[in-house]
Amino acid sequence: MGGLPAGKVRRTEHAYDEWELRVDAMMVLLTGIAGGKKRMTVDELRKNIESLPPADYDRLGYYDRWIASLTQTMIQRGVITTDELARKMEQVANRGQAPISRRRRKDRR
Amino acid sequence: MSDGKLVPVPNYRVGDRVTVRKAYPLGHIRTPYYIRGHTGVVERVCGAFPNPEELAQQRDGLPAQPLYRVRFRQEDLWPGYRGANADVLELEIYQHWLE
Repeated sequence: MGGLPAGKVRRTEHAYDEWELRVDAMMVLLTGIAGGKKRMTVDELRKNIESLPPADYDRLGYYDRWIASLTQTMIQRGVITTDELARKMEQVANRGQAPISRRRRKDRR
Repeated sequence: MSDGKLVPVPNYRVGDRVTVRKAYPLGHIRTPYYIRGHTGVVERVCGAFPNPEELAQQRDGLPAQPLYRVRFRQEDLWPGYRGANADVLELEIYQHWLE
């Protein structure tokens, strides 16, 4: 993978969780493919995925990486602030359910 | 994405031998590590596109950079490659990474 040794490629289709579909939809909206104002480029998404610490990169699933990256991009772009994000995550956690990006998935990678 | 007004004249043509620059700067780079330093042949000129290295940093990436599809022999890339002799790998590489 990327020129490095890797395991077998699973050629089967994956079933997506609802949160993953939402992350995909968010990218469509934020990159301006649909829904109006373009707020980021796909290159920023890639840059911030590449910037994940190697251990996180390996541990996270495909859409976990996306949500981490597009959140980082929104902070860099000034669309949201770190403080707003922290408070929102706290609020969501208090609903008695972990924030979406922290939920574990059985069939990662 | 190709913008007629901003497309520069490409430096290379189909069939030209090109070598990927062996450089390792920081930033967001679309040229894979494993291909740097290798020589291939231009298979087609894809047009010109804003530079993704700049687009990744909230800049416009202009002037657009010519993009080429370059064909490499798999045998040249991987030591001890066991596939067919005719196997090739095609990658799209921006002009500023070629020499």
